[in-house]
Amino acid sequence: MSKRFHLTLITLVIGALVVAACGGTPTPAPFACTDAIGCVDIAPDAPIHIAYALTVSGATATLGEDSKGAIEIAIDDKGGELLGHKIELTGEDTLCNAEGGQAAGTKLAADPTIVGIVGTNCSSEARAAMPQISGAGMVMISPSNTNPDLTNPDHPDHHPGYFRTAHNDLFQGRVAAEFAYNELGVKTAATIHDGSPYAESLQKVFANVFRELGGTITTQEAVNVGDTDMKPVLTKIATGAPEIIYFPIFEPEGDLIAAQMDEVAGLENTIKMGADGLFADTFPEGTGDGAVGMYLSGPYVAGGPYDEFLAKWKTKFGGVPPSGFHAHAYDATNMLFAAIEKVAVKDADGTLHIGRQALRDAMYATKDYNGLTGKLTCDANGDCATGEALGVFKLTEAEVGGAWPPPVFWQPGQ
Amino acid sequence: MLRRTLERFTLTDLFMWLVGGSIILLVVVGSVATLRAGNYTARHWFDFVVFGIAQGSVYALIALGYTLVYGILRMINFAHSEVFMSGAFTGYFIANSMSRSGFLDRNPIIGLLAIFAVAITTSVTVAVLLERIAYRPLRRSPRLVPLITAIGASFFLQYTFRGLYGSQNRAYPEVDALDGAWSLGGEFVIQKIQVLVIVAAALFMFGLYMFVQRTRTGKAMRAVSEDKDTAALMGIDVDAIIVRTFILGAALAGAAGVLYALMFRQVNFFMGFIPGIKAFTAAVLGGIGNIPGAMLGGLFLGLFESVGPTLFLDGLGIPAPYQLKDVIAFTMLVLVLIYRPTGILGERLATAKA
Repeated sequence: MSKRFHLTLITLVIGALVVAACGGTPTPAPFACTDAIGCVDIAPDAPIHIAYALTVSGATATLGEDSKGAIEIAIDDKGGELLGHKIELTGEDTLCNAEGGQAAGTKLAADPTIVGIVGTNCSSEARAAMPQISGAGMVMISPSNTNPDLTNPDHPDHHPGYFRTAHNDLFQGRVAAEFAYNELGVKTAATIHDGSPYAESLQKVFANVFRELGGTITTQEAVNVGDTDMKPVLTKIATGAPEIIYFPIFEPEGDLIAAQMDEVAGLENTIKMGADGLFADTFPEGTGDGAVGMYLSGPYVAGGPYDEFLAKWKTKFGGVPPSGFHAHAYDATNMLFAAIEKVAVKDADGTLHIGRQALRDAMYATKDYNGLTGKLTCDANGDCATGEALGVFKLTEAEVGGAWPPPVFWQPGQ
Repeated sequence: MLRRTLERFTLTDLFMWLVGGSIILLVVVGSVATLRAGNYTARHWFDFVVFGIAQGSVYALIALGYTLVYGILRMINFAHSEVFMSGAFTGYFIANSMSRSGFLDRNPIIGLLAIFAVAITTSVTVAVLLERIAYRPLRRSPRLVPLITAIGASFFLQYTFRGLYGSQNRAYPEVDALDGAWSLGGEFVIQKIQVLVIVAAALFMFGLYMFVQRTRTGKAMRAVSEDKDTAALMGIDVDAIIVRTFILGAALAGAAGVLYALMFRQVNFFMGFIPGIKAFTAAVLGGIGNIPGAMLGGLFLGLFESVGPTLFLDGLGIPAPYQLKDVIAFTMLVLVLIYRPTGILGERLATAKA
């Protein structure tokens, strides 16, 4: 045995005796939450709890499954862990209506372990869910809400803690109107909405911009969710003989309008145009030949990182994402993770503390975040989308036959 | 006589008459304004009426199922909308495979008959099982029990179909033979599919009427509907008659399902709910328990939904009137019930068996 070893041993023994005499290491002062709206405390072995609020059942299930898959891929990319804690994902079905949104919002807000929420899909859900979620101090990032009111600080539907990576309809409606007037060269248009905040605001923006550009809106009609016989309302529209009908609604009503337009006298050659609510592989399938030649505005994402994402999707779920907001959901999830990493404070015993207001502030401060949908910068109202990721698509026989997604037809600024 | 009427006249009656009167006034003013504005030609009105009759015929076929069962069991079979859905949904599978192989376009008549046969068989099977499993054991229980069971059965069937075939919308194939329209001279044109729906529905309804009026089973059904116990004393097998009633109603619902799917070219597991509610409304509108009443109620409702929003509301300057289509349909129901509490052709209250 060497002398050195003896020395080490003695030092250790003395050290141990001293420590024992003092009664253990002095504990640091317990973490005090100074956050204005509270903290989430995560024990060393507890997971970081993230929730989704998506429409994963019913007619709009493709929208929800599309976002949910992207969230799962974002979690996989992190290896299922954040700051040494497992990421736990739970969720609520929001059903694409206000009732579903309210129920989901109430349930999520009641769970204090939730750090942040990715959702909702439909604007009507966010409208009903946000008061509770905001009240509980949580943040929610939507991949596909596009209603302008949600990020309009003067509107009662705006709540702090709400963000979105989806484009605002003020932008989408304008793009659609400019496409119709400038690119297609039509001068008369009619619109149909279904009473949902999404469709109503989108057609309003479209109509206003179309008029500004010099076009004429022959009529602005509406149908009910659940209607099947669209021929009477289409006959009424036909009296104004519009060159294009813009119906930014959902399935199945959108399918029925597109299919029945061909049967209404005077609308045989009228151009059909919808928006991202119909941007799903189920739409051309459900519509049949009536979908051929129809234009849809919708999210358009391209580039190397996006191809990598699609490859991951293919390995994990097979096929391609069923709707158009997966890249937005992926970005939303990653932005939330980045913000959590920025503000989380780790205690000496490994407990993680996340200040809720701090998390919000970090989200609002997101600047030039490099996402699949472009460089994302959140403004003070929660709009984080760039607007770069929007295009107009034209459906063909191939999409009716099951091909998806359709090739992009036109992009703003072209 | 007058004094007696006056004595019976209460404040509630006055209120109801005022409500009814103002609805009628609104309808008349709106219609006159729309017609005077002259935005719509005869061709448009013709189209509105044809669409309304086609939709109304489907409502009528479904409504008959409600009315037949009500007539005999005094029970609202809320699962009837799912009987309708199951027929349309199963018809989709055979229609789709026949369309893919090209058989449907080569032999449209045989193909359509096959679709009808499959749909009707499915609907009848579902209805018979429903009656045997869900309703017969509850025949002697209080009336609310089978009603709630019917609602439960409705959910069960909906979600069984959802579980089996998924929640997405499926497109019914287009039948080439039904594509296009016939010209009726001048500017009037009628879609072939509308003609098929209206004619087929009329044939089915005529067949049912003859069956109930002219056959032994029909006579027995009427007897059971009058009085179950006495009918049993006369040697009628009441249970067998009830099953046959369910079969009849389900066959009509299955046929309605195919017509509906051919017209709107889409099926999903939830498709029965709204037509079911509308058809139930039609049955009440016409006088529940009354067979011609259900037919009339269906046609009325279809027409009001199609013509009403334009005719009544356009002239009043109400934007997007088709959003209010259901409001109009149910306002008409209220209107009819104010003046005829048992429906258009309903039995008089004094003789009602309810």
